[in-house]
Amino acid sequence: MGETSPGVEIRQLRKRFTGGDHDAVDGVDLSIREGELLVLLGPSGCGKTTLLRMIAGLEHPSAGEIYIAGRRVDQDVPPRARGIAMVFQSYALYPHRTVSGNIAFPLEAARLPRAIIAEKVRWAAELFGIAGYLDRYPRQLSGGERQRVALCRAVVRDPQVFLLDEPLANLDAKLRNTARDELKRFQRQIKRTTVYVTHDQVEAMGLGDRIAVMDRGKVRQVGTPHEVYEDPVDTFVATFLGQPPMNLVEQPGGGGRTLLGFRPEHLLPSDHFGDREPLHPIPLIVRRVEYLGSDRYVYGTVEFAPEATVIAKLPANIGRAIPEEEGGRLDFAVPERALCYFDAQTGERVRR
Amino acid sequence: MKFADREDLLGAAMLGPALAYVILLVGVPFVLAIMLSFSSATAGSLTLTWAGFRNYSTILADPIFLRSLRNTAIVTIGSQVLVIVLATAAAQVFRAAFHGKRAARFVLLLPWAVPVSLAAIAWTWIFDSTFSVINWTLKVTGLLHGWLYWLGEPGLALFAIIIVQAWRIFPFATVIVLAGLSSIPQDVVEASIVDGAGFWRRLFKVELPLLLPVIAVAVLFGVVYTATDLGVVYILTGGGPANTTHVLPTLAFQRGVLGADLGQGAAIAVFLVPFLIVVAVLMLRVARRAEIGAGGGAR
Repeated sequence: MGETSPGVEIRQLRKRFTGGDHDAVDGVDLSIREGELLVLLGPSGCGKTTLLRMIAGLEHPSAGEIYIAGRRVDQDVPPRARGIAMVFQSYALYPHRTVSGNIAFPLEAARLPRAIIAEKVRWAAELFGIAGYLDRYPRQLSGGERQRVALCRAVVRDPQVFLLDEPLANLDAKLRNTARDELKRFQRQIKRTTVYVTHDQVEAMGLGDRIAVMDRGKVRQVGTPHEVYEDPVDTFVATFLGQPPMNLVEQPGGGGRTLLGFRPEHLLPSDHFGDREPLHPIPLIVRRVEYLGSDRYVYGTVEFAPEATVIAKLPANIGRAIPEEEGGRLDFAVPERALCYFDAQTGERVRR
Repeated sequence: MKFADREDLLGAAMLGPALAYVILLVGVPFVLAIMLSFSSATAGSLTLTWAGFRNYSTILADPIFLRSLRNTAIVTIGSQVLVIVLATAAAQVFRAAFHGKRAARFVLLLPWAVPVSLAAIAWTWIFDSTFSVINWTLKVTGLLHGWLYWLGEPGLALFAIIIVQAWRIFPFATVIVLAGLSSIPQDVVEASIVDGAGFWRRLFKVELPLLLPVIAVAVLFGVVYTATDLGVVYILTGGGPANTTHVLPTLAFQRGVLGADLGQGAAIAVFLVPFLIVVAVLMLRVARRAEIGAGGGAR
């Protein structure tokens, strides 16, 4: 028993659903610092939502411990007493209640006096700019407005921890950007511990103070967006983050035991680099070039490892003159400092 | 083009039998009943001589009719209140996972499947003045000191009728409420749990309001089934003691068929129609309004 974080502390947490043949959450250790926004990022089915629901108390862990603000909650503390508030992907607004009725619901459940409830509802509604909609029903609101109502309902409880389950997933792409920005500003403003579940790496990178990358019930890596992107611990993290993902090719002369990893934006024409920069040459056979406005993607194979497709991401101002016909050979290279080495068998990072 | 490809003809052909069934077995008797109620027809002479509102003025001046009208209202409302409470509770039980749930569901539905007349005969034994299991059970447990003549006292007899009607409708209502419960988004229920609502708050502030349209439909069916039912009262009390427990269908049967006064019987039977129409319209309106209220809210 060590010190527990004043945020959320998770120890060896496991969940196996009845009738399941594997652990949906498979021995997760995670320490969420007070006031930070931690993103649980992973593909669907990786256990991130199950983990969040166990923190909320909506799912009972099969084993392990959960502490919120130093207090153990996993055994017998019901959701309402855990000091948490949750925003669901569907927002889960009460359809038969007005906006103000929705926001007031948790306060009524806490049996607060009417005057205080009214005051808090107004405060929250003003915080999210929906004070004009208090008498409307959820069905009369747009997706973005519903999301704000859901946030209001969470905020009025004044929780120690916010749990957000893909809160932007139901918004259209345009709205998502502004909503993300608002969410970040709001979280900075109230400085409350927040656990944010998403499968969208752009959201994760943009919002998270730290990101916990999950795969098949396990946390693969926890770190700042910069750390998980630049310094991935294994091939899963390396290829899950980044669009397009990190290129992986067999190291020449390595007997197939080591994989070379490099990001598409680091794969550039050799003559683009300065003379002092130590380079790893990657001779590229072009298959096709995609023009995307600000960037071009060059799809091809590497001469020394022809079975893997690699992608080079060229900014508009670089390599304008490269030949684009299929089968052409390009002299590309990656700076040594941008290379990652992985064990081909285990996928784990090899430090050298 | 084949016949099966002609949607217009195919539609008519498939709707035809159902339409004919409704017209012949519901429409014709209904019109006939209205005509009879304005005639002085008797079982002996089926001549439609115009009698104006005489049948109606006769029954409206008849204390037995007024009493049966009141009984119909009491039995219908009483049994439906009982049904809603029982069905909501039972639905909560059946929502939980437990061993033998399937068997329990089957048993639950039995009262619905048993023919009314058979069930009513069984209930006459349960309420029997000598052998009543209710009385003996109460007696043994020390809760009853005197004796209850279930079907012998007007008040108790009405209560007995309400019990049987509720028993009959309640399985159906439970199934409807269960279906309604499963249509409430799981997220909304979980949100209320996280928001700190306990069982009762969740039930009364979240689930029941969202169930309202479904319950309205269940009540509508229940009202129609109960208000128009002949069998239960006819077999349990036969309208007795001393014509105190008649409902409109039994009184109509007694006057129109047994008493051979077809005109008066028809007037009694037709009397309920406007009320039932009002109930149906009201209930459907509640159902629709609540549906609009819930529609799209969770998405």
